[in-house]
Amino acid sequence: MDASEVKIRIENLIKIYGENPQHALRLFRDGRGREDILSATGNVLGIADVSMTIQKGELFVVMGLSGSGKSTLVRCINRLIEPTSGHIYIDDEDVAHVTQNRIREVRRTKVAMVFQRFGLFPHKTVMQNVAYGLKVRGLSDTEQRKKALEVLDVVGLTQWADYLPSSLSGGMQQRVGLARALATDAEILLMDEAFSALDPLIRREMQDELLRLQAELHKTIVFISHDIQEALKIGDRVAVMKDGYIVQTGTPEDLLTNPADDYIRAFTQDVNRAQVLKIGSITRQTIPVILGQDSVKAAWEQMQQHDLRQMYVVNRNAQPVGIVQKPSLQQAMQDGCEDIGIVMNRNFPQVRATTSLEEIFHLCQHDLPIAVTNQEGKFKGVVEQSDVLASIGRLTAEASASSATAAASEPLAS
Amino acid sequence: MLEIFETYTIPLGDWVEIIVQFVVDNFRPIFQAIRTPVSVVLSGIEAFFQWLPPLVLIVAVGLIAWQLASRGIAIYSMIALLFVGFLGTWSQAMTTLALVLTAVCFCILIGIPLGILSAWNQRFEQTMRPVLDAMQTLPAFVYLVPVVMLFGIGEVPGVIVTFIFAVPPLIRLTNIGIQQVSEEVVEAAIAFGSTPRQILWEAQIPLAMPTILAGVNQAIMLALSMVVVASMISVEGLGQMVLRGIGRLDVGLATVGGISIVLIAVMLDRLTQAVGKPHRLPWRKRGPVGLVLSLTQGKTRTQNATS
Repeated sequence: MDASEVKIRIENLIKIYGENPQHALRLFRDGRGREDILSATGNVLGIADVSMTIQKGELFVVMGLSGSGKSTLVRCINRLIEPTSGHIYIDDEDVAHVTQNRIREVRRTKVAMVFQRFGLFPHKTVMQNVAYGLKVRGLSDTEQRKKALEVLDVVGLTQWADYLPSSLSGGMQQRVGLARALATDAEILLMDEAFSALDPLIRREMQDELLRLQAELHKTIVFISHDIQEALKIGDRVAVMKDGYIVQTGTPEDLLTNPADDYIRAFTQDVNRAQVLKIGSITRQTIPVILGQDSVKAAWEQMQQHDLRQMYVVNRNAQPVGIVQKPSLQQAMQDGCEDIGIVMNRNFPQVRATTSLEEIFHLCQHDLPIAVTNQEGKFKGVVEQSDVLASIGRLTAEASASSATAAASEPLAS
Repeated sequence: MLEIFETYTIPLGDWVEIIVQFVVDNFRPIFQAIRTPVSVVLSGIEAFFQWLPPLVLIVAVGLIAWQLASRGIAIYSMIALLFVGFLGTWSQAMTTLALVLTAVCFCILIGIPLGILSAWNQRFEQTMRPVLDAMQTLPAFVYLVPVVMLFGIGEVPGVIVTFIFAVPPLIRLTNIGIQQVSEEVVEAAIAFGSTPRQILWEAQIPLAMPTILAGVNQAIMLALSMVVVASMISVEGLGQMVLRGIGRLDVGLATVGGISIVLIAVMLDRLTQAVGKPHRLPWRKRGPVGLVLSLTQGKTRTQNATS
């Protein structure tokens, strides 16, 4: 993921539904609230001055309850809904202010969409549905077929190509919806509650499938959801919306550990934190011993100096290869052995920084601290059993505190 | 004093007379120009039906009915047409059929686009609604007179009267059919960059087709029910027989004409209804086409096997 490249930039986006949006817009700019505007003009404030940037390759989740404006927001990006005011830049082009022809071109090539109730054409076969975006663009039948089959293979529906959508299950229909969006090779996917209509089991399966595809394809995805679990599970970043405003934007861990207000806190209180928190957030950085460079004596001195009981050994590529402990090191010193490779214990627990807390509970039965590595397998630090317990303890304390405040502010929240 | 209506009467009748007379005096050429396309289509269709040997038509209708609908409806259609022929009303029936089909042609040509327009444009729909209400509720006799004044008498004004009576349900059902297409499907079509024309042809019309066909069916039925009224402005055909029967108190003649109308009406109704219904088998695998295909393919297969 190229973190520096902005794909979508939304600036001061406002959407007002109703007869006289310009009048309502003036009221809004004068600082009047949603309720005020509704009672004064009968117009509804859908999106209230939202600004955000979405990076290339990011899976960005917009989370909110119904009526929070999240569906409106996503429809403004491809202008299924006309914004009342503001700018939406896709690759530095303000699509909120382009001609109908240009926005049609943007929809055909840059932004594809997946719908909550699938939005498939019931009279077209699975293949024709998947090829629709290409047909609209005027590609030849053979090109359409070739691409459609290719994408159907990606979502595992090749043998259903000639069936009508109605003969497929909900999960399979949404795979068709996803395939239709992928077939256009658009870099941006808008997914409007794409998995909300599915059974819980199928939903989880589709979430995993989306993560798998995303790891391969690196699309820029704007995913709308009302399900906090889903948002925290799949989102690189999550924006929480309420009454047309964005309450907080941040990584799933940010939302859990630094909730902006009671609204976010109330939202996240039922979330299983151990599933969301990543090992990376509780990793302690330590100095490793480098195999073939540091001697046993040097390791021993470092251990004495920092008062450690054990140290990890990494190779020259910074990958952890073993662990040395104080007693065995002392023994080696006495025996006059110089090679750490002989002294070290090659059997040690190791996890990726992106693993969730819950997934490493079973590793806590080791006596040794757990080695943490990044995506390339390089050593980042260690996690001790006590750190895991402490983080869970801290989270539980936070959760019970927040449920107390949430209970106290109940009338306000409703 | 209480008899307020005796004090004043709105001279609506006079006004209408003046207006119609004005239109007749000044715009008659326009209405005469409208005659031409109607007259061309009508005489073409009628000449074709009158020229076609009855037996050929009966077999053709049977095959078409078998293909589009079912074997049962095919058998009914053939028996009905044979019966009409043996009642001695074949020629009149063909005239009536030509008139009905011409009127329905124009209904489809004009009604479906108007229905689509009213589905797209709410203001247009609101303007159309009272017009359609008037067209459906106004007794046909009322507009018979101005139509005769503008178009004269004969078959062409007959088609026009029939059109006025038969087109409203087609417009309405087309409108409803298009509006009933799932919003999300239309949204999906837009989201993938469809032009308005692509939205119409790829999503709206195919999905509204069953409802539009129900509208066509309604138009045909209403057109048939107009044939007697149309005969009052000297349109030939089965309606003329009924009208003459009434005039002469000739129960027999009226019944023969009436029964023929009913037989044809039921036939056309079943046929058009069946077109709108989804079938179990694709069209290549059913009816006479399916039979022929399976026979020829069977033959080539055995030929391949023997050679």
